[in-house]
Amino acid sequence: MTAAPAMTATGTRTVKLVYFAWVRERVGIPDETLDIPTDLATVTDLVRWLKARGENYQAAFAREALVRAALDHVHAKPGSPLGDAREIAFFPPMTGG
Amino acid sequence: MSPLIRIQREDFSLQDEIDALSVGRSDIGAVVSFTGLCRDEAGTLAALELEHYPGMAEAEIGRVAEAAVARWPLLGLVAIHRYGLIRPGEQIVLVLTASAHRRAAFEAADFMMDYLKTRAPFWKREHRADGTLGGWVEAKGEDDDAAERWSR
Repeated sequence: MTAAPAMTATGTRTVKLVYFAWVRERVGIPDETLDIPTDLATVTDLVRWLKARGENYQAAFAREALVRAALDHVHAKPGSPLGDAREIAFFPPMTGG
Repeated sequence: MSPLIRIQREDFSLQDEIDALSVGRSDIGAVVSFTGLCRDEAGTLAALELEHYPGMAEAEIGRVAEAAVARWPLLGLVAIHRYGLIRPGEQIVLVLTASAHRRAAFEAADFMMDYLKTRAPFWKREHRADGTLGGWVEAKGEDDDAAERWSR
C-alpha cells in the first residue's frame, strides 16, 4: 500500500510573504518567511489567518477588498487557490505609469 | 518579435530607444512613443518616490506586452519603467511601439499604458515641496475604466 502524502489538516508549509507600499508600512516589515497551515485554501483564508496573528496585520488588512495579492509574481484574486505558491505578495492598488 | 522590457533607476533617452528599435530596418512604417513625466502638481510636489516589486514588475509588464503582440501586428515593442526618486519634469515611463502602419502602433501603445497603470506593480508616494512626506498616491477608478475598455 502506498503511503499517503504527509499533508494533514494540521500540517504546515513554508512560504515567503512580501509586502509593498502602505501594506508594508502597516505590517512593519518588507518580507518574512512563515510556516502557514496547509489547510489555508485561498488568498482570503491566508489574509484571515494573518489578521489573527496581530494588530499590525489587522491594520494592513483592515479593508480586505482593497489589498491586492500576487502568487509567485502573478496577480491573484481573493478566492484564488494558494496552490503551492512559494512567494505570496500583498500590496495596495497599483499606481505606476 | 520579442518585447524589450526594462525596469531601472536611471533615466532613459527617447531618441536612443527609437534608434535602437528602428535604425537599419526598412519594414517599419510607424513608431509611436508615449513618455510619462512627473508633474509638480501646481508647485506642491518636490518628487515622486516609486516603489516596485522586483521580479514581478518585469514579469507583469512582459505579460501585458505579449498580449499586445498577440493582438496587433507589431514589429517592435519597448517598455521602460523607472523606480526610485523622480523629480518634476523627469521621465517615469516609456512605451514604444513599431508597426508597418500607424493604427497598430497607436492602439498598442495606448493599450500598453492602460494596462501598465493598472497591473504593473509600482506604487507612487509624494514628497511635498514644503519638505514633508506626503501620502501614497491613490489608484484612480478612471484608470481601471480605461483598461476595461480593451476587453469590451
